[in-house]
Amino acid sequence: MKFGIVTFPGSNCDYDAHHAVTDALGAEAVYLWHKSHDLEGVDVVILPGGFSYGDYLRAGAIARFSPIMREVVAHARRGGPVIGICNGFQIACEAGLLPGALMRNAGLQFVSQPVHLRVENADTMFTNRYAEGDVLRLPVAHGEGRYTADGETIARLEGEGLVAFRYVNAAGEIVPAANPNGSMNSIAGIVSAEGNVLGIMPHPERAVDPLLGPVDGLGIFQSMMAHVSA
Amino acid sequence: MSRFRVSVNISPRQGILDPQGKAVAEALHSLDFAEVRDVRVGRFVVLEVDAGDDAAAAQRVREMCDKLLANPVVEDYRIASVEVS
Repeated sequence: MKFGIVTFPGSNCDYDAHHAVTDALGAEAVYLWHKSHDLEGVDVVILPGGFSYGDYLRAGAIARFSPIMREVVAHARRGGPVIGICNGFQIACEAGLLPGALMRNAGLQFVSQPVHLRVENADTMFTNRYAEGDVLRLPVAHGEGRYTADGETIARLEGEGLVAFRYVNAAGEIVPAANPNGSMNSIAGIVSAEGNVLGIMPHPERAVDPLLGPVDGLGIFQSMMAHVSA
Repeated sequence: MSRFRVSVNISPRQGILDPQGKAVAEALHSLDFAEVRDVRVGRFVVLEVDAGDDAAAAQRVREMCDKLLANPVVEDYRIASVEVS
């Protein structure tokens, strides 16, 4: 089981993702340089958080044209698992791997805080170690995380169970105060129609080490491990 | 082949929440510009491009907007001007 973590110029969560995969999960991980054309035989690609290309133009807009992204898109089209975290979610949307867009937070401020997420679909390769309705505590750190899509897309995401995570309060209830960025339908994470691409704004890779707090993010990595090993 | 300066306005699509525009509108209200009804904040991109004529230059810039400069999911764009550079 081998994870590939893409390093774009401006990625800053690639080391956290590496730590999560190797130290917390106990799997193998390699860094994939953005100029490379080789996925080095990885099973799962992680598009990490950060500010690739300084968020110039739009967050993720330029990273999606990096050489490595051609291989990542081909991997995804073959059904290979891809997880886009924060800036990686933005890149995945820009690359057309996921529908919709991440826009400036409704409150305009960069939000850096712990949030609660509810697992909306535990029947995906990224969430099979959770139960539907589980409430997780993960950090968010973003200025552009307001999930936005047209009405038809939102209806399809909801109708087909493609909303993986939603912002909720500690009791697991959907309330406006628990939505840190104004995302439509409190959406925090979605999977692609084929189920092999996850985009998530909060940072599971920063919640895997008991030394630093809750380890609620580890389940996402364990779920992928269980899926790929099966 | 001539050189053209092509200007493009990119703005959040109507109906999509534009918190920047809203914040600017509130600031203008607090400065007593009470007549302001709505503000939308976008981007203004100026490109110098080589093309056979102005129509060809505009067409290429539209392709650039579709591929990179604008996000069709949430933004509209409009070529504001094409001038000989």
